[in-house]
Amino acid sequence: MATTTGNAEVADVTGEDGVRRRDFIEIAAVSAAGVGALATLVPLVTQMAPSADVLAESTTELDISALDVGQSIKAVFRKQPVFVRRLTPAEITAANDVDVDSLRDPQTLAERTLPGHEELLVVMGVCTHLGCVPLGAAEGENKGEFGGYFCPCHGSHYDTAARIRKGPAPKNLQVPEYSISDTTLVIG
Amino acid sequence: MSFPWAKDYQPQNPLMRFLDEKLPLPRLVYNAVGAGYPVPRNLSYFWNFGVLAGFFLVLQIVTGVVLAMHYAPNTLVAFGSVEHIMRDVNWGWLMRYTHANGASFFFIVIYIHIFRGFFYASYKPPREMIWLLGVVIFLLMMATAFMGYVLPWGQMSFWGAQVITGLFEAIPLVGPGLKTWLLGGFAPDNAALNRFFSLHYLLPFVIAGAVILHIWALHIPGSSNPTGVEVKQESDTVPFHPYYTAKDGFGLGVALIIFFAFVFFMPNMLGHPDNYIEANPLSTPAHIVPEWYFYPFYAILRAFTFDFILPAKLWGVLAMFSAILVWFFLPWLDKSPVRSGHYRPLFRKFFWFGLIPCMAVLFYCGGAPAEEPYVMISQIATAYYFLHFLVILPIVSSIERPDPLPFSITEAVLGSDDNAVLGDKAQATA
Ligand code: HEM
Ligand code: FES
Repeated sequence: MATTTGNAEVADVTGEDGVRRRDFIEIAAVSAAGVGALATLVPLVTQMAPSADVLAESTTELDISALDVGQSIKAVFRKQPVFVRRLTPAEITAANDVDVDSLRDPQTLAERTLPGHEELLVVMGVCTHLGCVPLGAAEGENKGEFGGYFCPCHGSHYDTAARIRKGPAPKNLQVPEYSISDTTLVIG
Repeated sequence: MSFPWAKDYQPQNPLMRFLDEKLPLPRLVYNAVGAGYPVPRNLSYFWNFGVLAGFFLVLQIVTGVVLAMHYAPNTLVAFGSVEHIMRDVNWGWLMRYTHANGASFFFIVIYIHIFRGFFYASYKPPREMIWLLGVVIFLLMMATAFMGYVLPWGQMSFWGAQVITGLFEAIPLVGPGLKTWLLGGFAPDNAALNRFFSLHYLLPFVIAGAVILHIWALHIPGSSNPTGVEVKQESDTVPFHPYYTAKDGFGLGVALIIFFAFVFFMPNMLGHPDNYIEANPLSTPAHIVPEWYFYPFYAILRAFTFDFILPAKLWGVLAMFSAILVWFFLPWLDKSPVRSGHYRPLFRKFFWFGLIPCMAVLFYCGGAPAEEPYVMISQIATAYYFLHFLVILPIVSSIERPDPLPFSITEAVLGSDDNAVLGDKAQATA
């Protein structure tokens, strides 16, 4: 079959290592093209990540002087809700009475608040299940079976330290980074 | 392709002959849906739903392109631009209601099409590839419908996007990063809305491509039929045109009457009123559920409320995706030598009294609030669902003794196949 090609010598242009020059060029060319193709994936994939302006919206300041014991406020941090709650002594006791090891995501109230401000609970209002806003921050809302927050989407119950106690959520409500100076709360 | 007795395309008109030589498109049509495609003579109305699905795909593309001329994918104006379509754009309300209800009807049609496949075991050899492509189409449809529902930027749009992208967070290690990457932010916002619009425009054309492959694969063995007995001879078939163009045309007429009864008289019945409230990232509606066609899978997602080795959330997500992925394995899970449920008494019982009620329950629970008793009922139904495909089906199909099959499609239709089929030769060999 191959007798008509007229370039039978080509087969003989084989180096001492048994590699034809053409094989080398083919592998080199395809590899270079492959590396190039992979490199174009980088901008194509990373363009989907948050852009600079989205990342820039990252601190929120709140005046908490008017927040009374037992009250909560909803604020916005990175376009997501944050709950700030001044716990009542009963709520603090309830949170501390729990056997930490029995929790799904074991944490004490102290670990979830700033030293000296154990009564001030600051958590993201984003259910760790699938991201709904739990109820319980506003007056009259369902606080769930453990008196903290209740997520209506799939029924996650959080306790007074906003720790997950029942339902599908895997983690406690997230505590964002924040600091307190006087009566101002700075989140982020 | 096709059977040896398929009629050959013979253009009479010189123009058509010219075209046939240069670009044989009319020949393709003639052989695909014309007189040149022989089809089993006994197809029931359950075989209309493929063509109906194709119709609704085209309808979605046409109305969708029109809507895109008036819609603006920006969180500041998206909600308003949809109301602008409803109130100000000439016939805008018709386009939007047709598109919204069209999605629901597309899913009704596809569910019937898929359950036709379950009952008649259409997925069995030699039609595995048709089936696999079908499941791919279904997954693409779900992605498309989900992203489309986000576009009006109502409360359900927003929280749907939040919950569904939240699913990806369950994946160990990469999860949270993946969610942020998908959304282009920490919560659904402008970046997410824009990319969802871009993809919602793109995916239907990908679906159209997959449908072409699906039909290409179908035309190799040809359609199955209610007996599941393969075509043996010419008398088992009739030409697609005029027989099935007429039957499909009639079915389409009926479907359109029902469809437009919804569009004109109850256009919002299948939707959620909360989506007429503009998206508010600070307040979740008390009862959030997806569109009705996702209910069964949503019920499966919510059925996992307890940790067992893996976290509950990851189980829910895995189960939800597996509920569809298990369909990919059906051609190999069903071990019966017989296709059609009509000749498989035990299989049939598990279909009508097992799978169908189980799906109905999942449908119902997916739309119900996340409370008892619905959670427990979803758990039982989810368990049955997987049991059905992974245990009951393989066992029943291995041990069951099927009823005797007709010799041929012709015999099934005419009661005897002697004269009708082989003519004089049949007498001679009998
Ligand atoms: C856009 C979506 C779809 C379109 C336009 C479409 C179109 C069609 C058409 C025109 C037929 C031939 C007529 C008929 O048998 O009804 C067909 C057959 C078939 N479809 Fe689909 N289909 C779609 C989605 C699916 C899905 C989601 C599945 C399954 C998961 C599926 C599985 C099948 C099978 C197994 C057949 C062969 C059935 C037989 O001949 O017995 N299809 N499809
Ligand atoms: S999102 Fe809160 S329970 Fe699912």
